[in-house]
Amino acid sequence: MSAHEYTPKSKFGKWFNDRLPLLTLANHLTDYPTPKNLNYWWTFGGILTFCLITQIITGLVLAMHYVAHADLAFASVEHIMRDVNYGWLIRYVHANGASMFFLAVYIHIFRALYYGSYKSPREIIWIIGMLIYFLMMATAFLGYVLPWGQMSFWGATVITNLFSAIPLIGESITHWLWGGYSVDNPTLTRFFSLHYLFPFLILGLVILHIWALHVPGNNNPIGIDIKKPSNDTVPFHPYIVIKDLFALLIFLIVFAFFVFYSPNILGHSDNYIEANPLVTPAHIVPEWYLLPFYAILRSVPDKLLGVIAMFAAIFVLVILPWLDTSKVRSAVFRPIYKQFYWFLVADVLILGYMGAMPAEGIYLLVARIATAYYFIHFLIILPLLSKRERTLDVPLSITEPVLGGMPNQAMARDDAPKLKSLG
Amino acid sequence: MSESDKKPTRRDFILTATTAAGAVGVGAAVWPLVDQMNPDASVKALASTEVDISGVQPGQAITVLWRGKPVFIKRRTSEEIERARNVDLKELKHPEKDEDRAQNPEWLVTLGICTHLGCVPLTNKGDYEGGWFCPCHGSHYDESGRIRSGPAPTNLEVPQYTFVDSNTIKIG
Repeated sequence: MSAHEYTPKSKFGKWFNDRLPLLTLANHLTDYPTPKNLNYWWTFGGILTFCLITQIITGLVLAMHYVAHADLAFASVEHIMRDVNYGWLIRYVHANGASMFFLAVYIHIFRALYYGSYKSPREIIWIIGMLIYFLMMATAFLGYVLPWGQMSFWGATVITNLFSAIPLIGESITHWLWGGYSVDNPTLTRFFSLHYLFPFLILGLVILHIWALHVPGNNNPIGIDIKKPSNDTVPFHPYIVIKDLFALLIFLIVFAFFVFYSPNILGHSDNYIEANPLVTPAHIVPEWYLLPFYAILRSVPDKLLGVIAMFAAIFVLVILPWLDTSKVRSAVFRPIYKQFYWFLVADVLILGYMGAMPAEGIYLLVARIATAYYFIHFLIILPLLSKRERTLDVPLSITEPVLGGMPNQAMARDDAPKLKSLG
Repeated sequence: MSESDKKPTRRDFILTATTAAGAVGVGAAVWPLVDQMNPDASVKALASTEVDISGVQPGQAITVLWRGKPVFIKRRTSEEIERARNVDLKELKHPEKDEDRAQNPEWLVTLGICTHLGCVPLTNKGDYEGGWFCPCHGSHYDESGRIRSGPAPTNLEVPQYTFVDSNTIKIG
């Protein structure tokens, strides 16, 4: 919280604030000192907040028309699409909104990876962020089941069967999850209940995420600790608010393109066939944002180990602050880390592509190599780099390289256009 | 203070006893909330199905629904039975004799659920003639429903079933 005391101007404001310091909180949020060199990669936090609120509002409205019953769900979704006023729009915003949410969260996560935002003293922000990410995947999966199409049904079957890999108790757990001996009506009703609940858990975690952020303050593109407030900071309002809003506007153009011009391109046509427990679609694929993990699951030829590898791929991110212990945060000053960072980006994209392809022949081989590299990056390369890498000199403040007298001026100059092109 | 650290007092006893009783109470309150998700009475009531198999030709397999899951009933040809019985058990990932899987060698009854992640395998597809192939993650099963290659860990499960008469199988 900001150091200076805040006193409301009006008498009523003072009276109210003494009883519930909401105005102090609002003042903290507007005056909050922000590093002045934040680039456009930092606008995705605000964009993600927008995405969450959009999903909650459209979801609330869809729940007014949707019927969570195995015999009625599929028809009720078509009813939303055809009969409900603007139902098509609301559902397409909700369905594509999930994809946009993941697009933004992946950019947000990879920004943190590039600029070392997960490092001390921001480990708790990072871990809460990973919890949010995990809950997002769970929520998206639960939501995808609700229309009760073929992909809904078989996606639910495959994912819940992951738990059957657990020795001894696996089968009881799947029966418990299903409320029966296969995915059926009891499964659908509980998935609906949980799909309704999870976004509010995410909202709670987002508040903690922002609270944890406001303790040390934002990281920044050169990844140094700065004095707050100082020459290196600007108040959150209006500077960051306007920048975030502009970025949101650009993001909304992409969002609107999908909603209005290709609302089904990110989905799967098999989900317009009603669920049939006797016929598995020829080629089951999850939504695009889960594909890298799906590729990891399939690349291990053993059922239990495959499931373990998939969950380990997420867990390895949680412990990242203790795997990469380099004192220098930003990749700008880590020439070797920077290269491996881009290898990782390529690796995850390759895994995503392999997850969409059939698990055979060359695809399987490439997926296995990419899976191995994913773990090698986090478990071997990062710990080694933390000890061995010769990092560049870091400036003492954000203004220093601009005002001269900085130890590494050429570096700042050479990197400036690069940073700009990233944004 | 230092004395009470060493010797448990009556107060410590009361605290421990209260905590233990509280934990049991919380557990008893939580259990109904957990157990309500298990299969309910109406689901369990549909536990068995009778199937008429008089129309199934040799080499043909039918798929029926039992407890919401597909069950394969295959009438095997004599070559298929012979192949299934002559497999070297050492070749198998999950070694089981065909004799132990089929009560009547002509009829093979298995769950139509891939033991990997629960997809429905395709009949008469895959590398093993008269067997099954799972399109999801590429598991191949032989004419006895045994896993031969791919990620599935075990053979197709054989449910409990009995021949009610020569034309009817009761599953469950």
